[in-house]
Amino acid sequence: MDTPLIELTGIKKSFGPVDVLKGIDFTAYAGKVTALVGDNGAGKSTLIKGLSGVQPFDEGVVRFDGNDVHLVNPKQASNLGIEVVYQDLALCENLDIVQNMFLGREETRTGTLDEAAMEFAATKALQSLSVRTVKSVRQKVSSLSGGQRQTVAIGRTVLRNAKLVILDEPTAALGVAQTEQVLNLVRRLADNGIGVIIISHNLADVFQVADYISVLYLGGMVASLATADTNYNDVVGYITGTKSPEGALS
Amino acid sequence: MSNTSLATGHEGTIGDQVKAYFQRVRSGEMGALPAVSALILLAVLFSSLSPFFLTKLNFANLFVQSAELAVLACALVFVLLLGEIDLAAGVTAGVGMALFVVLNQKMGIDPLLSVIVALAFGSLTGWIMGLFVAKIRVPSFVVTLGFFLGFQGLQLIMLGDGGIYRVDIPAIQAIMNSNMPEWAGWAMLVVMVVASLLIGLWDRSRRTRVGLATRPIAMLYIRLAFMAVLGGVAVAILNQNRSVSIKAIAGVPIVIPIVIVIVFIGTFVLDRTLFGRYLYAVGGNPEAGRRAGIDVAKIRITAFIICSTLAVVSGLLHASRIGSVESTAGRTIVLNGVAAAVVGGVSLFGGRGRMMNAIVGALVISIIDNGLGLIGLPAGINFLVTGGVLVAAATIDALSRKRSGGSILRT
Repeated sequence: MDTPLIELTGIKKSFGPVDVLKGIDFTAYAGKVTALVGDNGAGKSTLIKGLSGVQPFDEGVVRFDGNDVHLVNPKQASNLGIEVVYQDLALCENLDIVQNMFLGREETRTGTLDEAAMEFAATKALQSLSVRTVKSVRQKVSSLSGGQRQTVAIGRTVLRNAKLVILDEPTAALGVAQTEQVLNLVRRLADNGIGVIIISHNLADVFQVADYISVLYLGGMVASLATADTNYNDVVGYITGTKSPEGALS
Repeated sequence: MSNTSLATGHEGTIGDQVKAYFQRVRSGEMGALPAVSALILLAVLFSSLSPFFLTKLNFANLFVQSAELAVLACALVFVLLLGEIDLAAGVTAGVGMALFVVLNQKMGIDPLLSVIVALAFGSLTGWIMGLFVAKIRVPSFVVTLGFFLGFQGLQLIMLGDGGIYRVDIPAIQAIMNSNMPEWAGWAMLVVMVVASLLIGLWDRSRRTRVGLATRPIAMLYIRLAFMAVLGGVAVAILNQNRSVSIKAIAGVPIVIPIVIVIVFIGTFVLDRTLFGRYLYAVGGNPEAGRRAGIDVAKIRITAFIICSTLAVVSGLLHASRIGSVESTAGRTIVLNGVAAAVVGGVSLFGGRGRMMNAIVGALVISIIDNGLGLIGLPAGINFLVTGGVLVAAATIDALSRKRSGGSILRT
C-alpha cells in the first residue's frame, strides 16, 4: 500500500478528567473506504471533530498527504481538502440543489451570481457520481427524499474538490433502497480517488462498502483490519470488547 | 464515467414547461398564485357591485392608494425572509417623517438634505434593532415591539401632542399627486419591456455558452408580450383624462415608476446577489448557513437596515399623499404591511417570498379597502374582511409548507 492520505499517530483528547481518545493510531487511504466503527461513547465523534478541525486534538501527530498538519479550525481543514458530511446534512430546504451545493462558495460574475456556471459545475459533479435519482438539479431540497438529500450533501464535497470525505452515519435514517443508493455513491466517491471515512453502526453496510475497518473501543483503537481478512463476528467482538486485540494496537 | 444526463428544468417544449409549473403548484410552491387569483376575483366582484369601481379615476386612485403599503410590504419582505418581523417599520417611517418636518420647517434645512437625514435615521434604527436580534438574539417580535412603543413617544415629543405639520414642498407633494406626461408613461413601458428582453437574452446566452439547455425562446416572448399588453392597457387608461371636474387629470402617476424601480432593485438584490442568496439561506436554515461560512449576524443586521430605510421611503409617500406629517403616523399601517406581504405569498416562516409577492399582496389589501368603501359598507366590515383574508393567506402558507415537506418547526 502506498502512503496513506491521512495518518494519525498517538492522538489524545480529553475533556477535563475524561480521556476520550487515549493515544490512537488511524490511517485512511485515497481511493479507499475506511469504516470507523465502535459502540456509543467509544470516541468516534471526537475523532471526527478533531479531523474536521471543530475540536482540535490535544496531542498526537496528524499527517495529511505526507505532510504534518495541525487541524485547528474547520476552515483550515476544508482548505486542506477535508470535508465532513454530518448526519443532519445542513441543507437549506428552501433552496434548490445547485444553490445548496454552492452555498458559501457561490461563483460570481461582475458582482452577480453566475447561475449558469454553477448549474453546469453542479451537474458535472453529480454526473461524476453517476447520480440518476434526482429529477432536476433545480429541484428544491424540500422535495427530495432522504437519500437524495444525502446525495446533494456528498455532491457538495465533490464540488469543493475534497480529498478526504468523512460521512457521519450516512444511512442512519434511510430505507433499504435508499441505503443501497447512498452506499453505491460512497463507493463511486472512492473510485474517483477520494479517501472516504464512513462512520456507521450498521455492520451490513460497513461490510458491503468498506475496504478497511477500524474499531474504536473506549477511546482506544482495538483493531484496524482489511474487510477481506475479517468477518462479522470478529468485528462485533471488537466493538463490544469480548474480543481483545491481537495486533500490536492497544 | 457514465454519460447520464441530469435535467435542469429548462428542457422541453412549452407544453412540458407548463406541465412542470402545475406540478410545482401542486407540490406546494404556489408563489403569488393564490393572491393573483384573489386579486382578479375581488376586481370582478367589486366591479359588479359598484359602478364606480371600474372608472378611470378609481383605477388611478387604486395604484396611488396602494403605493405606500406596497413599499412598506417590500421593506418587510427582507426581514420576513429571515423568519423575523419588524413591528416598528410603520413608526420608524413616522419618526423619520417627523424628523424631516422638524429639520425642514423648524430649522429651515434644505428639503433634500432633510430627506437624506430621515433615511439615515431609518438605517440607524434598522442597524440597532438588527444588533439586538442578530447579536444578542432577542426575539425580533419583542425588540421591534419595544421600538414600536418607544417611537410613538418620540413622535409625540417631536411633534407635540396631537401635533400635525403641513408638508408644502412641491417636489414632495408631486410624488403622490402629480402625473407624468403621456409620452413618459409610454417611454417607461418601453424601457421595462426592453430591459426585461435584454435580461432574458443575457441569461440565455450565459446558459448556452456553457452548454446548458434553455427554455423555448417563445416563452420569453410570450411573457414580454403579456407584460407589454397589460402595461399598455394600464398606460392607455391612465393617459386618458380621468377628471370629474373641468381641470384635466391624465398621465401615469409619478409614484408608479418609483415603486417599479424599488421592486426592480429589490428583485435584483434578492435573485442575483450573494446577499440575496444568503438571506434566503439564513431564512431557510441558519445553521446550514453558518456552517457554509455565511456571516449570519451580518446578513440579519443588513436585512433590518434595508427594511427600516425602505420603510422611511414609504413614510415619505404617505406624507406626500396626505400632505402632512402627524404624530400618530405609522401605527396601524405596519400590520397591513405584514398582511400584504403574507397575503401576497411571503412566508412568515422565512425563506420564501419575493418583491412581486409584496406588490400583489398590497394590491389585494388596497382593493378590499377601496372596493368596500365604494360599496358603502362601514369601516368595521373592512377590518373584518382584511383580517379574514390574512388568516386565509397564512393558512395557505402553512399548508403549502407542510405539503412541500418542510417542517413547521424551525431549527
